[in-house]
Amino acid sequence: MSLFEVRGLRRVYRSSRQDVIALESLDLTVHAGQRLGIVGESGSGKSTLVRLMAALDRPTAGTVMFDGLPVTGVPERRLGFLRSRVQMVFQDPRGSLDPRMRARDIVAEPLVSPIVRRELGEFDRAQRVREVLDEVGLPPDAGDRYPHEFSGGQRQRIAIARALAPNPDVLIADEAVSALDVSVRAQVLNLLMRLVDDRGLTLIFVSHDLSVVRHLCPDAVVLQAGRIVEAGPTSALFSQPSHEYTARLVAAIPRFRSRL
Amino acid sequence: MKRRELRVGIVLVGLIVAMALVSFVWTPFSPTAVNSTLPLQPPGWPHVLGSDHMGIDTLSRIMVGARSALYVGVIAVGLAAVVGVPLGVASASLPRWAAEVVLRITDITYAFPALLLAILLAGALGASTETAMVAIGIASVPQFLRIARAGAMSVLASDFVLAAKASGTTRLRIAVLHVLPNIAPLIGVQVSVSFALAILAEAALSYLGLGTPSTVPSWGRMLGDAQTYLFTQPAQAIWPGLSIALTVLGFNLVGDGLRDVLDPQLREVA
Repeated sequence: MSLFEVRGLRRVYRSSRQDVIALESLDLTVHAGQRLGIVGESGSGKSTLVRLMAALDRPTAGTVMFDGLPVTGVPERRLGFLRSRVQMVFQDPRGSLDPRMRARDIVAEPLVSPIVRRELGEFDRAQRVREVLDEVGLPPDAGDRYPHEFSGGQRQRIAIARALAPNPDVLIADEAVSALDVSVRAQVLNLLMRLVDDRGLTLIFVSHDLSVVRHLCPDAVVLQAGRIVEAGPTSALFSQPSHEYTARLVAAIPRFRSRL
Repeated sequence: MKRRELRVGIVLVGLIVAMALVSFVWTPFSPTAVNSTLPLQPPGWPHVLGSDHMGIDTLSRIMVGARSALYVGVIAVGLAAVVGVPLGVASASLPRWAAEVVLRITDITYAFPALLLAILLAGALGASTETAMVAIGIASVPQFLRIARAGAMSVLASDFVLAAKASGTTRLRIAVLHVLPNIAPLIGVQVSVSFALAILAEAALSYLGLGTPSTVPSWGRMLGDAQTYLFTQPAQAIWPGLSIALTVLGFNLVGDGLRDVLDPQLREVA
């Protein structure tokens, strides 16, 4: 069953000098339970695409449907169905966590919104916050602390806990491990993988790093200059890239073994 | 280095506030009792700072004058912040044309001299401490509006606001929960700087007879009165002048110090 239906999506950023086309007539289908990687170099439109899918931006043209309901052109107050079921993890937790809020309030934020609460039914908010903090491997007292009191990896765990709080069906990770130290990256990736498995989440994983996508996602689409140039099983993209751009991306992955 | 400035500023402001508070319970003499036998005394005993042309003890008047200065500062700056900050935050999320309208109105207010506005208000409503406060307050709104707008724009561009939107947080809640706490340090600096300007403006208005009435001790009024006797008793002009200068210096140092202490954190937020 298809969860996301993206049709003819176009996004142009207007500026006084010249218009920048971030996405051009893009079609994409994401199925329930799918783990889809979106790869491409910076400026290829990856972030624009997922922001439009999460209704954080308005497209210039085209539509996004989520679970049969339109997401584009819908006023914010009627997006509860999307906000409660689709959550995002951003690149840099230093920027995506409000420095003046305690972790507890950050994680509870999706649970406070009236449009989301309407979809969720009855639950104990404090209890839910404790559960998700525990689920991402943070200590019980973490809720009392401010973001700057945590390490980079722990901050990203807070961001993940926030995304999990409303029990979403879809997790969109926009370069979610790119800002982390290499040593922490693997831990956070393993955590994401475990959560996706345990909760049966649909994962949309945006990254410029093909090796990370291969690790996490059976399927991937390759974006270049706002268009999908290749799509298919990740393994096939790796072994036989049909597009020259994909081949270049694959070739750009550092391979230590061959050097040694 | 900058921390020392902040400390000096806090001490100066603390002294003025303490003086104003003490004046409520104790002054060496009555700040209004006329004593025609001892006018224009030089500094000495029992009038430590001397007495004015009506024989009123100068130290007592200076102490009570601190009250007027702080009162005007608090109300004028409070008014400016209460009007300017919400407008600035709101204008940051308005569409560009609407924001332009707000900003141009701000420019017009900014271009209009505060003193002229005060004279206008005094002419229409009569000179009083209240009209002076309102005039100074209105004239200070543009600074607050601009600072709040600039701060709000940078906060609204952050990922944590994007995350809040993805969580279905309404614009009003974003403004209250995310924007205001993050621009609070900026506003704090502006409050301090505006306070200094408000005290200066009140002194100027009172000096011109457009502010605090002559029955209430105020530094500006004291300066005006002392002018007549500048050559017979110059000390009478020095004390209120020094009080104004030190108070303004104190608040400016606090503002500058706060800016430097808080700036690195602000950059990290943005």
